[in-house]
Amino acid sequence: MAELGPVLEVLLGGLMSGVLYALVALGFVLIFKASGVFNFAQGAMVLFAALSLVRLAEWLPFPIAFLVTIIIMIAVAWAIERLVLRPLVGQHGLILFMATIGVTFFLDGFGQTIWGSNVYQLDLGIPASPWFLLESVFPGGLLVSPIDVFAAVIAGALVIALSIFFHSTKIGRALRAVADDHQAAQSVGIPLNRIWLIVWSTAGIVALVAGMAWGSKLGVQFSLSLVALKALPVLILGGLTSIPGAIVGGLVVGAGEKLAEFYIGPAIGGGIEYWFAYVLALAVLLVRPQGLFGEKIIERV
Amino acid sequence: MRFQLRASILAGGAAIALLSAQPPAVAESIFYPHLVYRSGAYAPNGIPFANGVADYVAMINARDGGVGGVKIELEECETGYATDRGVECYERLKTKGPGAIAFSPLSTGITFALTEKVPIDKIPLQTMGYGRSESADGRVFQWNFPLLGTYWSAADILIQHVAKVSGGLKGKKITLVYHDSPYGKEPIPVLQDHAQKHGYIFEAIPVTHPGVEQKAAWLKIRQTRPDFVFLWGWGVMNSTAIKEAVAVGYPRNQMYGVWWAAAEPDVRPAGEDAKGYQGLALHPAGADYPVHKDILKYVYDAGKGAGKREEVGEVLYNRGVIDAMLKLEAVRTAQKLTGKKVVNGADVRLGYENLELTAERIKELGFEGLVTPLKVSCRDHEGARKARIHQWDGQKWVFVSDWIEADTSYLRPKVEAAAAAYAKEKNITPATCP
Repeated sequence: MAELGPVLEVLLGGLMSGVLYALVALGFVLIFKASGVFNFAQGAMVLFAALSLVRLAEWLPFPIAFLVTIIIMIAVAWAIERLVLRPLVGQHGLILFMATIGVTFFLDGFGQTIWGSNVYQLDLGIPASPWFLLESVFPGGLLVSPIDVFAAVIAGALVIALSIFFHSTKIGRALRAVADDHQAAQSVGIPLNRIWLIVWSTAGIVALVAGMAWGSKLGVQFSLSLVALKALPVLILGGLTSIPGAIVGGLVVGAGEKLAEFYIGPAIGGGIEYWFAYVLALAVLLVRPQGLFGEKIIERV
Repeated sequence: MRFQLRASILAGGAAIALLSAQPPAVAESIFYPHLVYRSGAYAPNGIPFANGVADYVAMINARDGGVGGVKIELEECETGYATDRGVECYERLKTKGPGAIAFSPLSTGITFALTEKVPIDKIPLQTMGYGRSESADGRVFQWNFPLLGTYWSAADILIQHVAKVSGGLKGKKITLVYHDSPYGKEPIPVLQDHAQKHGYIFEAIPVTHPGVEQKAAWLKIRQTRPDFVFLWGWGVMNSTAIKEAVAVGYPRNQMYGVWWAAAEPDVRPAGEDAKGYQGLALHPAGADYPVHKDILKYVYDAGKGAGKREEVGEVLYNRGVIDAMLKLEAVRTAQKLTGKKVVNGADVRLGYENLELTAERIKELGFEGLVTPLKVSCRDHEGARKARIHQWDGQKWVFVSDWIEADTSYLRPKVEAAAAAYAKEKNITPATCP
């Protein structure tokens, strides 16, 4: 049992980190599902949302700051739809992707210009000291971080809420229709622009939640935008169009990279978790090119 | 008469035209290039340092009319702590005005890249408390000036301190958590040497840029339970390390940061949990020194401060002030030695090699208690190698040790051997020093 303790602890820590990756990956999936755009700016949206919240919370009560931040993220979504996406309708997907890279740099810089570049503390009242579980079974117990547990609960709630939204509401059904076929959806009267605005706003709110979870763990600062890079292997692994894929992909990447860092890292000089996640994702692509949960694309030629 | 009048008008016009064709009289100035990072992952640490430099230069311009009667033109260039952008800034600014007086990249990566360029361009590289440790040997690294202390000195000082507080290091465990970059790797050879000498078990754990993912590292620390953890991080990596230490229950008072991991932006994000965390201090924090009074009077009261008034005196702000002061003292020394008012990089190198800050001069400059005396020479480009340990009490840094000097009898041969190897590799003929 004593040997199993550390393995379980690293596995648990990795799974918890994976939930945080999944939170960011969710934003990518939402937009890709509804518009076929790979939104590189999702990480920048996480930073922008978290920065807005933490700076507004300095002057306003937290719930009001939260609501104002949601309004800001909807405004950002509207601006992106109106100024970036709408003029590019009908263009190749790669052009839209490049446009979102532009949005990334703009949001990163603009966010820091108006809100500042310091580290801002986001205190959600979650205790930082660890919990030790099963102390009678494992010497020293199994360490679990309350912040990670909080993030996992939030991510779980978000996935349930999004699933209900997608499957049981009229807008959700419209979103799925747009995701399946833009032109067919438009021909039955589904307004594409409104749907895009809704989906980008939803991705903005998901970014805010991810920003809160990451920000409470790391402090709100520029590096939050880099967590988007951690979502990329998750997407490769889970598939670009599947919400459960984002969750499972996040968990596999989180657990895999932490176990690799812990057990393989010391033998090859350490610091491997950053690229190991991609190795893991690419290994999956060898067997399932569409990712674990992605849709197999069949095109007749 | 009419002809005379016309001739006079024509002559006058020609004279005016001639005069206006002359270049306008340019006020004499020296050019101070300033590589900064006010945005990006390392901005929380880059900003206070940059503000300290900008405010000190502004104060010298406002109070003294510049250095030696010559105005200082300061221009910032944003590097984002990226080596490529740092080199780009260097190339853009090196020939500006009468030529750059010196560069301070505030990045070991950029320092490594520029070390090969500065001898060709004849511009000194001031790397106060960072850069290549072997560049303390001025015979080989004739254009590098790692003033006040290198990372090898820092590692040696930390070991001296923990050996003293723990009553000997035999059988103890020391783990280094380091930024996986040239900066983070610098102390490893010294810590390995000392492990053999003192008999402690040494482990080094790298953390990938920017350092927000450290869970695996800290779970390992939870298992190996080292007696001390040394932190060689920068920017968000430091505050994340402290938070992860809290998350695995590692005592903060057994953690020691290098002087780049022991400032306010490193501890504040962790809040109360950072209490007890310790680190090296090249100088104290605080704004009660005469130099700060002048900065507040001449810069902030005039509404020209680079940052917020209440941030004057923070650790990294003070480091920026000291960095600028040392550079301007090298300029002043160069002016004295060359007899020129407007000096260039080559002149300033001479200034650095003859730079001496006595206790009297430190007092005159308003830095008494803020900086230790220093004497640079042709052989020794470090000038001084002392630091203290300070501890975060939840609100402010409090000194918990006296000044500790790095052991030159051990370090100097190591520096000379590494510098000689570098000279051989790069085909450099070491200078002959008096």
